[in-house]
Amino acid sequence: MESCDCIDPPWPGDELLMKYQYISDFFIALAYFSIPLELIYFVKKSAVFPYRWVLVQFGAFIVLCGATHLINLWTFGMHSRNVEVVMTTAKVLTAVVSCVTALMLVHIIPDLLSVKTRELFLKNKAAELDREMGLIRTQEETGRHVRMLTHEIRSTLDRHTILKTTLIELGRTLSLEECALWMPTRTGLELQLSYTLRQQNPVGFTIPIQHPVINQVFSSNRAVKISPNCPVARLRPLAGKYMPGEVVAVRVPLLHLSNFQINDWPELSTKRYALMVLMLPSDSARQWHVHELELVEVVADQVAVALSHAAILEESMRARDLLMEQNVALDIARREAETAVRARNDFLAVMNHEMRTPMHAIIALSSLLQETELTPEQRLMVEAILKSSSLLATLINDVLDLSRLEDGSLQLENGTFNLHVLFREVLNLIRPIASVKKLFVSSSLAPDLPEFAVGDEKRLMQIMLNVVGNAVKFSNEGNISIFAFIAKSESLRDSRAPDFFPVHSDNHFYLRVQVKDSGSGIDPQDISKLFTKFAQSQSLAARNSGGSGLGLAICKRFVNLMGGHIWIESEGLGKGSTAVFIVKLGIPEYSNESKLPFFPKVSANHCQTNFPGLKVLVMDDNGVSRSVTKGLLVHLGCDVTTVGSADDCLRVVSQEHNVVFLDVCMPGVDGYEVAIRIHEKFTKCHQGPLLVALMGNTDRVTKENYLRVGINGVVLKPVSVDKMRSVLSEVLEHRFLFETC
Amino acid sequence: MDGVVQLQRQLLDYTTLLFQEGFLNDQFTQLQQLQDETNPDFVVEVVSLFFEDSERLLNELANTLDQQSIDFRKVDSHVHQLKGSSSSIGAQRVQNVCIAFRNFCDAQNTEGCLKCLQQVKNEYALVKNKLETLFQLEQQILAAGGSIPM
Repeated sequence: MESCDCIDPPWPGDELLMKYQYISDFFIALAYFSIPLELIYFVKKSAVFPYRWVLVQFGAFIVLCGATHLINLWTFGMHSRNVEVVMTTAKVLTAVVSCVTALMLVHIIPDLLSVKTRELFLKNKAAELDREMGLIRTQEETGRHVRMLTHEIRSTLDRHTILKTTLIELGRTLSLEECALWMPTRTGLELQLSYTLRQQNPVGFTIPIQHPVINQVFSSNRAVKISPNCPVARLRPLAGKYMPGEVVAVRVPLLHLSNFQINDWPELSTKRYALMVLMLPSDSARQWHVHELELVEVVADQVAVALSHAAILEESMRARDLLMEQNVALDIARREAETAVRARNDFLAVMNHEMRTPMHAIIALSSLLQETELTPEQRLMVEAILKSSSLLATLINDVLDLSRLEDGSLQLENGTFNLHVLFREVLNLIRPIASVKKLFVSSSLAPDLPEFAVGDEKRLMQIMLNVVGNAVKFSNEGNISIFAFIAKSESLRDSRAPDFFPVHSDNHFYLRVQVKDSGSGIDPQDISKLFTKFAQSQSLAARNSGGSGLGLAICKRFVNLMGGHIWIESEGLGKGSTAVFIVKLGIPEYSNESKLPFFPKVSANHCQTNFPGLKVLVMDDNGVSRSVTKGLLVHLGCDVTTVGSADDCLRVVSQEHNVVFLDVCMPGVDGYEVAIRIHEKFTKCHQGPLLVALMGNTDRVTKENYLRVGINGVVLKPVSVDKMRSVLSEVLEHRFLFETC
Repeated sequence: MDGVVQLQRQLLDYTTLLFQEGFLNDQFTQLQQLQDETNPDFVVEVVSLFFEDSERLLNELANTLDQQSIDFRKVDSHVHQLKGSSSSIGAQRVQNVCIAFRNFCDAQNTEGCLKCLQQVKNEYALVKNKLETLFQLEQQILAAGGSIPM
């Protein structure tokens, strides 16, 4: 075999060294083959590795290097040309690949390095985020604490609870050693320790409010760190030799109701602040963090609001209590007033009678005494007694009337009365007095003044007498004229009576009465006082008028009750005066006035011509005279039933019969007895029929006997039509008629 | 027409005569006044009633007075009735006799009563006659188309 001389082994005898090279090459090849395998395996596993192509290249490079080394194994000995060729191919390929790889790596390695940088960067960021998360969580917790604190504080409206809760919760949230609240005293010059966290009953420390630290805290709305040596912070004796914890103070504005305007927030110019002092635990390295300070500020504000709510509530509770007290007091006062009024009314009611009775006795007896024989001095004395007692009686009546008028318990007694007659009576009463004073009284009633009116006759008379009496009283000469007429609407509206609104209606009219006198007149400025009770002007009083001053006041009240108005006009002193009053009276309806349903009321001098529908029962045993009587009554329009015996009469008579004619000269029948029995029948009802006895003119009549048995009339037979007519009229009107023979 | 007027005049004269002679009095005028359109026969009715009543009473009286022992109370009652009736229509003379009759009754004078009874009967017959004539006259006037003068 030809051996190639290209490679000469340097030391032919070094078989050991060749063996070692041989083994090393083998292992290198092995390594070179296994490394890519491992790479491939792990890359396949990872799947994120971005540089696969590079890896393939690298793998190829390594494989070829390994192949080279492997092939080298054969070159140690004698080897064939093929091997040489393969070896050369391998080497060439390896060279190519390795150069390419080398070039490739130049690009890749910086990238790989930068990846590392980014990784570092991201890690840093993650750390930062972590830190920030931590912060946020802390803040969130702080927020939660604040909310909880606020909730605790605001859940009560009691001032003490609010403050106590604040301190407790703050202490808990921030893990404080001590927490204290200083409130300003009433004078505002000092701060007093009001609440603390740890000490249950703080002794009332006070510190003057003018302290630079305090001022500093008060002037800012932030929590301010203060020195632990500050007087407000020195709450406990320093226990230990270690550093006391940091202290923070914040102001709490005390808002008053008056600070709240509707549209503005409360002004911060309120001067009153409380001071909250918070101390961190001593011996710890804790510092006040910003978020903790913020929490403290927020809490301070909330406390301020809660305190103001509590203050408002206290105010409103106080106001309500006050109101209830006032209500109770008012109620008591009202009941007392009612009792007083009732007592007064009872008193008046009793005194009314009690006072009047002796008064009347005095007057009556004095008048009687006047009638007897008296010496002139005695007569004078009796007259004086009479005059004084009349005056007193009038006064008593006036006062009693007035007090009844004042509290509105007086009511008018309305009835129908004759207006013309009233005026006449007034004149008749006044004339004697007037003539004594040589005064002439005249009256003129308007022609359209109705004769009858509906109103309180007694009170109207009283008013008239008072007014006319005053006219007479205050005149010494001349005449007094009375005019009465119906007031029309234009004349009713008077400038003197702006709130007098006459209302017209169909069944009312306004009576206007004017009384003019030519007496002493009235000063215009005294006119307003005239109607005030008990007030008399000087000139009047000086004239010893002898009046109580009540008369006009009472008149005014009565006139007002009657829906009218009264006033006095005068042109001045010495020029006379005119008193005018207007009252509202009703117009009577005549159809209401009849008491008997069948026919209208009759005035004294007329007889009825007919008695339509009058139910009459005639008892007569004589047929002829029975039919004659019946004929008479039928002619007069009556509805006649006849009976022939007393028994029939009693059987037939009923409440419907208005008149029963009894022929009492029937023999065998006692007229008295029949009458009695008829009355017996009707004692239960209020009114039986009228009984008229017919008798012959030779019979004896005893009026008294017939009256005793209740017979309303006795008539002698024979009866003519006219006689029957007048009999019926008389009996129906007067329920009484007795004719004698 | 002339006849009516004459009849009316006759009636008036007759009536006046009756009044003058005392057969009738004012009560009868009253009765006549009660007669009107609603009651056109009032007078006749009442007078007829009077006649019936009176006849009955007179018979009764005759019977009673015929007894052996006269019941004067009964007699008195009858006479009273008669008196009442006659006075109701205005038969004055009858009424007057009745008054006298009652006095005799009170005195229980049988003879007087009998005499009065006779008198009453006479007077009654007279007044009946007169009234009947009166009514006839009235009927004649009405039949002739006139109206009865008051």
